[in-house]
Amino acid sequence: MAAKYVNGQEARLAAERAARASYGRLLALLAASTGDLAGAEDALSAAFEQALATWPAGGVPRNPEAWLLTVARNQQRDSWKSAYHRTFAPLDDAVLTGRDAVLLEDVDVDAMGEKRLELLFVCAHPAIDPGIRTPLMLQTVLGFDAARIGTAFAVPAAAMAQRLVRAKKKIKQARIPFTIPERQAMPVRLPAVLEAIYGCYAMAWDEGGTADGATGEVGMRGEARYLALTLARLLDSEPEAWGLAALITFSLARVPGREAAVADSGGPGAVFRPLEEQDCGLWDARLIAEGDALLRRAASAWTGGPVSSGATGASPGRFQLEAAIQAVHCARARTGATDWAALRTLYTALVAVAPSLGARVALAAVIGRVDGPDAGLSAIDAIGDGGPRQVRAAVERFQPFHAARAELLAGAGRTNEASAEFASAARLTLRPGVQDYLLRRAENG
Amino acid sequence: MRYTLLLHYPEMGAAELGEEALAEGQRAFSSYAATLHQAGVLLAAEVLQPSANTTTLTMADGQLYVQDGPFADTKEQLGGTFVIDVPDLDAAIEWGRQAPAIGWGAIEVRPGATFTVDGAWRPNT
Repeated sequence: MAAKYVNGQEARLAAERAARASYGRLLALLAASTGDLAGAEDALSAAFEQALATWPAGGVPRNPEAWLLTVARNQQRDSWKSAYHRTFAPLDDAVLTGRDAVLLEDVDVDAMGEKRLELLFVCAHPAIDPGIRTPLMLQTVLGFDAARIGTAFAVPAAAMAQRLVRAKKKIKQARIPFTIPERQAMPVRLPAVLEAIYGCYAMAWDEGGTADGATGEVGMRGEARYLALTLARLLDSEPEAWGLAALITFSLARVPGREAAVADSGGPGAVFRPLEEQDCGLWDARLIAEGDALLRRAASAWTGGPVSSGATGASPGRFQLEAAIQAVHCARARTGATDWAALRTLYTALVAVAPSLGARVALAAVIGRVDGPDAGLSAIDAIGDGGPRQVRAAVERFQPFHAARAELLAGAGRTNEASAEFASAARLTLRPGVQDYLLRRAENG
Repeated sequence: MRYTLLLHYPEMGAAELGEEALAEGQRAFSSYAATLHQAGVLLAAEVLQPSANTTTLTMADGQLYVQDGPFADTKEQLGGTFVIDVPDLDAAIEWGRQAPAIGWGAIEVRPGATFTVDGAWRPNT
């Protein structure tokens, strides 16, 4: 053990660094053999506590990860031992005597295989309630506590903690296996994992956006990117996983432009600027380049490799298309213009692959750009038209529908109708900056 | 790990079903049981008589109530059970997917807690 003496503060920092870098890796390793996530969390947190207690005096070990894993493993054994004693009298001593023989740092964590991927598939297993999959990933893979996850999901901390406990109990008791699905099961299983990671990203986006002091970067959005990248790299040949990583990367690249207005405004609230009015000089060129590279990786995986994750033979999957749409927007930083015709092609494909309300509204807005406001208006008015009442009601409640329709009406010179639509859109948003912007448009056109 | 596959489906009499469909259902159940047995995972199976033939007992204030009919009067009824022993939930789900009743009802995959051997309880592990 490296006998570098440190004070409490340094030991805490070293423990925090280790926690941040390897929490999910260690937890996945600890839980994989038992399926007991809650037990593994307890063991890992005990190991972190012990690190804080002993590192200041004894020095930070040469390999903190291996140290933490070993201490947590011993902790797990101790708790099994007492559980066995409580429940069943006969105890297999052979299982237990070896424990002290395990030398700290005699473990090569890197050689133990990547278990985080298994953990992602456990969290998004079809037998787990879809609503808890994203929170479960945030907690087990990234180590967020229930209170923070609860805040992000607008659920009281205690209720969120309870739902997480229930999900972990089910994983253990129903014995959901820690395995990567076989190739033929991948098309069924992968979309839920992608969906949950995307949920993590979308949630962080809604959470709004200042840099997170705790991590010094873009907080949960950065974590979502990290998850998507991890998944894509580990699976290697799944185009949709690369597509999701590209989508999140492009989106993050535009954060500075989107939020620069906060500084400009000088006021308390953020000032919203629509994508086209954003100063693309503020976008992060490094992230855009990385997004382009990820999207190319997706394309090569798609044409060369297996087609499983929701992509059909004829078209790339949803996340690749959404990433490509983002790529077109980001290209404005380089070319100075938005290629609306390309966007129209991409949105048309997206509506065919994943016909969400959002995609259809966006397509109508792009048609308005390419073929003029009247064509855009007929496209947007066709959404939900003649459909069942619930669908029309959903369209009515969908804020982007009103915002896009207002923009098209304004473009067509129908000022009064446009004002009314901008006002409807403003009523439906919860974000003050966006609301101010829409109300201004309602007044001034 | 033991799982019980609980087969829930709408009840249909032989007359409603038709002789041919009935025979086909029976053949499907026979071959399913044989497949489970050959794979070495089948512990027990039982197809139940229609819920019209069931009797429900309850006790209130020390008095026994005996009633005609099932505990829950729903369109789908518990029609049969298969107890299997497999490594994990994914394996149990895969066997559940192959159950013939999946075509006309729902299959519940329920992990066991304890079971008896010679009248003594053993934990399901």
